[in-house]
Amino acid sequence: MASIEVGVNGGLFSFAPLIIFLPILGLLINIIVGRRFGERFTGAVACTAVGLSFAVAVLQFIALRGHPEGVNVMVADWITIGTLDVAWSLKIDTLSVAMVLMVTGVSTLIHIYAVGYMHEDVRFQGDPGRYTRFFVFFNLFVASMMVLVTANNFLMMFVGWEGVGLCSYLLIGFWFEKGEDGIGNAVAGKKAFITNRIGDFGFLIAMFLVFWQFGSLEFDQVFTSAQAAGAAVGGVATAITLFLLLGATGKSAQIPLFVWLPDAMAGPTPVSALIHAATMVTAGIYMIARNHVLFELAPFSSTMVAIVGGATALFAATIAVGQFDIKRVLAYSTISQLGFMVAAVGLGAYVAGMFHLVTHAFFKALLFLSAGSVIQGIEHGHHHIEHGKEATGPPFDPQDMRNMGGLRSKMKITFWVYLIGALTLSGIPPLAGFFSKDEILADASHANPAVYWLLAIAAFFTAFYMGRQILMVFFGKPRSEAAAHAMENPPVMTVPLIALASLSVLGGILNLPGVHSLTDWLHHTLEHVHAGEFNFIVAGFSTLLALLAITLAYLIYGRTKMKKGEPDPLRKILGPIFVGMHNKWWVDELYDLLIIRPYVALAAFFADIVDWRFWHDWFHDSVLARGFRGLAWWLSQAFDLRVIDGIANGLADVTKGVAARLRTLQTGYVRNYALSVFAGVILVLGYFLFR
Amino acid sequence: MNIPTTYLLALSGVMFTLGVLGVLIRRNTIVIFMSIELMLNSANLAFISFARQFSELPGQVFVFFVIAVAAAEVAVGLALIVTIFKTRHSIDIDQINKLRG
Repeated sequence: MASIEVGVNGGLFSFAPLIIFLPILGLLINIIVGRRFGERFTGAVACTAVGLSFAVAVLQFIALRGHPEGVNVMVADWITIGTLDVAWSLKIDTLSVAMVLMVTGVSTLIHIYAVGYMHEDVRFQGDPGRYTRFFVFFNLFVASMMVLVTANNFLMMFVGWEGVGLCSYLLIGFWFEKGEDGIGNAVAGKKAFITNRIGDFGFLIAMFLVFWQFGSLEFDQVFTSAQAAGAAVGGVATAITLFLLLGATGKSAQIPLFVWLPDAMAGPTPVSALIHAATMVTAGIYMIARNHVLFELAPFSSTMVAIVGGATALFAATIAVGQFDIKRVLAYSTISQLGFMVAAVGLGAYVAGMFHLVTHAFFKALLFLSAGSVIQGIEHGHHHIEHGKEATGPPFDPQDMRNMGGLRSKMKITFWVYLIGALTLSGIPPLAGFFSKDEILADASHANPAVYWLLAIAAFFTAFYMGRQILMVFFGKPRSEAAAHAMENPPVMTVPLIALASLSVLGGILNLPGVHSLTDWLHHTLEHVHAGEFNFIVAGFSTLLALLAITLAYLIYGRTKMKKGEPDPLRKILGPIFVGMHNKWWVDELYDLLIIRPYVALAAFFADIVDWRFWHDWFHDSVLARGFRGLAWWLSQAFDLRVIDGIANGLADVTKGVAARLRTLQTGYVRNYALSVFAGVILVLGYFLFR
Repeated sequence: MNIPTTYLLALSGVMFTLGVLGVLIRRNTIVIFMSIELMLNSANLAFISFARQFSELPGQVFVFFVIAVAAAEVAVGLALIVTIFKTRHSIDIDQINKLRG
């Protein structure tokens, strides 16, 4: 925990602020001159900014090898009020650098991919200004994420936390004029933002509690005093960590706040890959790992975290089975995998959680980008057919897996990388997902058997829905003309896919059983971590489950070729259960019924009855306006006319009366005046003589 | 020949009283003016008497001031009287009471 403070002369560490400032520089350049210099320039600037940021992150990694205990890099003072002292200070330690490397690395690849993807967007949807806007938001996201990850205090982390939420909102609503009724995407963005606000509220309350209890917001100080106080602060620590958990459920899409993530797929696919699969949604897991000291003091909260994670993992996995939208399957898969990570950090297996976070970022980004590649391939085919033809019938949905099939031969690269991603996600050895998921399962198996079973069943479903997706998308016969004419995408999109695929294959090297490089690396920051032993029974069992699930998927979807317009074969087998899965177990409807409708009714009540009728009609009109008018009438009639005018007129009357008497003295006869003067003289003289 | 100051002051008092009575009683404006002159000169006499009594110069100096002021006053007053006579054909002071309240 003891970390040294470095200023500007901290060797390689002094470059750390560049991790944040380079993306900001990139977005500023794009805001100012991006539109003038066009697409190539914009894309190049954005990719370079993030790529350089990654390079700086590598420098930090090298620097940390010499100082594994980590440093605080002071940038500027921020708030100093009384005992509150918050600085812009970056915490460069093994945990944050692991995140920074992953985020900037994956971001760079996705930025490059987006150069190609958004080019198609401009080509088919017009408005080239959007291209610049997209990359400005993208760079802003990377900058915010870096603030979040490198923060050395709660407040700075909160700034990043809100910043990524904002970028998420902006990018979900990127095609704001599309979607259901022309506002569907905007509504999805709003939903994500508002749901996240609930989580942010938890984070804020936790932050206030931290300051109230420990008198500081800086991680090092808070953790030092928390460890010193030990069990004495157990109650407060439980409250803090439960509120932090609420924050994590919002950002990392866990029960009960997961509902925004599937809708967030309304954004462009690179956004889904970067923000809603690889990086932003892992912020909650990172935050819990960062606050592991507090969670260790609050066993109840940790158990809650594990249960929430495990339940989410299974719940979302079942929903993923019933989806037809290629991105929605991946969205629920993301929620499910985030549940794995949350369960891991809840069980104290912080390294396993972080390990899965990193490998998941690789293979889920890969899957999303490949899905984007599939969608764009289908769109190519669709435009090919529609060329010169009037659009008829219902709008074509290029994301619906029922419109796909047989893409294996049309899009070879995409097929292979998608297959790698799917196998990694399913946990087939020796791909990355196998090692990271089994580390979680092995830890869970002796820490909390209930959570272990939740996760194991979730893993089974994971393999099943990925098998179903691969078979529906790439095998069989094309079920639409668009799919029959699908085309492979240009290298600017496929090369990042191949890079991510290799990372997905090789990611397991990070923390191979027996080597534990990631454990050793994170050990410097997360003190109590232990190297999870490799459990052959657990690993063998989960591999068996995965293979069983894939076989099952083949039996259902692969053996008999699905035809156009045919319902999902699983529906015949599972019946109403499948309907439930397909309708997401009606969670949105339940929330609508339980929360949104009463809330809207309450809002309507406040607006119509309380605000309008009570305050406006009754209080303002009757009480205030009428009362004021009565007071004004009384003041003008009774007070002003009688009292004020009475005083003025009375004075005038008195003066007039006195004057009327006095004027008779003024006779006009000079001799009268002379007599008066004489009499006066006599009086004065007499006074002086006889006094 | 040395007239006592008391005599002179008595004369001055008599002259002043005559002047006052003239102002109060007579209606002819010119006579009133002459009465005023009488009062001024009685005051002059008193100044001179005391100046002689105490051998002080300021009393005599004051007399010159009074004579100068009286001359100016007569000039202005007679001009007024001439103007009033021209407009009203009378110099009866009781006829001139337009300024009564």
